Amino acid sequence: MKTPAKRPEVGTTGHQWDGIEELNNPLPRWWLWTLYATIIWGVGYTIAYPAWPMLTGATQGVIGWSARGDVAADIARFDAANAGIKARLVAADLTQIDSQQDLSAFAQNAGAAIFRTNCATCHGAGAAGVVGKGYPNLLDDDWLWGGDIDAILTTIRHGIRNAQDPDARYSQMPAFGVDGILEGPQIAAAVEHVLAISGGDHDAALAAEGAVVFAENCVSCHGAAGKGDRELGAPNLTDAIWLYGGSREALTYTIVNARFGVMPPWAGRLSEDELRAVAVYVHSRGGGE
Amino acid sequence: MGILDHHKKIETHATLLAVLSLLVVAIGGIVQIAPLFWIENTIEPVTGVRPYTPLELAGRQIYIREGCYTCHSQMIRPMRDEVERYGHYSLAAESIYDHPFQWGSKRTGPDLARVGGRYSDAWHVDHLTYPQAVVPESIMPPYGFLLEAKLDVKNIEDLLAASAMVGVPYSDEMIAGAEADVAAQLDPYADTDALLAHYPNAVVSNFDGLADVTEMDALVAYLQVLGTMVDFSTFEPDPNR
Repeated sequence: MKTPAKRPEVGTTGHQWDGIEELNNPLPRWWLWTLYATIIWGVGYTIAYPAWPMLTGATQGVIGWSARGDVAADIARFDAANAGIKARLVAADLTQIDSQQDLSAFAQNAGAAIFRTNCATCHGAGAAGVVGKGYPNLLDDDWLWGGDIDAILTTIRHGIRNAQDPDARYSQMPAFGVDGILEGPQIAAAVEHVLAISGGDHDAALAAEGAVVFAENCVSCHGAAGKGDRELGAPNLTDAIWLYGGSREALTYTIVNARFGVMPPWAGRLSEDELRAVAVYVHSRGGGE
Repeated sequence: MGILDHHKKIETHATLLAVLSLLVVAIGGIVQIAPLFWIENTIEPVTGVRPYTPLELAGRQIYIREGCYTCHSQMIRPMRDEVERYGHYSLAAESIYDHPFQWGSKRTGPDLARVGGRYSDAWHVDHLTYPQAVVPESIMPPYGFLLEAKLDVKNIEDLLAASAMVGVPYSDEMIAGAEADVAAQLDPYADTDALLAHYPNAVVSNFDGLADVTEMDALVAYLQVLGTMVDFSTFEPDPNR
């Protein structure tokens, strides 16, 4: 390897170790100018943007940028771009939304995004719920509180049995076992009756006894035939679609302890157009009435 | 070059080099950090933020113990996508009683700054017990043991007192009533006057549905209060922050 020639014209720093001298070469020009440029840019940046702490707050910056202003402007830009169609969605009669194809398509797409963000956590990414856990399937024809679009919108807006919204849908099944309303054998009989009317394997003699228990305790909400009552969110017991499971054990647990499924209200978190969009989306999943 | 010729003195004197280096580095800290302690608009005043109830504070300890912050942040940044997904961006005042704050910097799971009230208590219990039961695509580990772990409340007064020492306004009465407030918050049929006088708008619920006071109760109580203290329908942000 060729040894670089000594360049006496730059001199040395005066440092010397074991006969090796350190040349006093200047910094590369491109490097030095880059350094100067970044210093100038840095000073300019602190003038342009909020930077220096002062007595009552930081300097605001001459171009007036702020993180909050930035996000507010960004949101306003998208709101303005969709303002027309959102206003139409808010004003629309949702039962007739299919007659306005562009509005329907907008609501479907917006609703799908809102559903994935907020609803899928309980109802599943595909809206099929969680069988046996109390998170309803939204794809089928079985509705607890009504499956027409206005009922769905009301449910989404106010939620179910929550403490936050006084207009939430509310009902409470008595805990027949825990509260001592029914004895163990009566509950066992009622379970057989429910299995019988839902077409499950059952003990006919016990089910006949259970029919009496059912008539005395359950019909005011679930109806004489066990078809349920949407005014009360009382499920139809004859369709073999179970929110908390339809096994003998699950039904016994339900009658002994009762169930109290809660859905939060979405009115505060979602805007009116978003509530309507997600209602349109849910209504269109297959079970909408 | 006058002054520049003296650098040899610094470079050949280890103590002097260390002292002067520290001085230079300290300038950055002094300029960036020190003013935050005295300029008055560091923390924007908002209404509604209250100290955590003893139960929520105990839940927060479990949140920290289990390392929830390693995967979940509690800081909604002022960006449109975050505001659309999680809600209003976080305010400094919302973590004013957090010691230490749980902003985090890593999101393997979603941000939790406004998870309070977003899902039912039962969902939180189901999800913490076995996340994949309700969210099949989740990679979160299960925390079902929290249902079996009794909440240890014997140090709860000390926990509040320690928070009070670092500036959380827990009064002597609140500290003395800590155990009673834990019990009251978990019982929908209890006399909650004292609890609600100490902690306005505290949510009273048997969070895990079990008779025992479990760590699940505490953690769910904590999760359900996150981001719910400030009423954003009446909040008017100062745009120049």
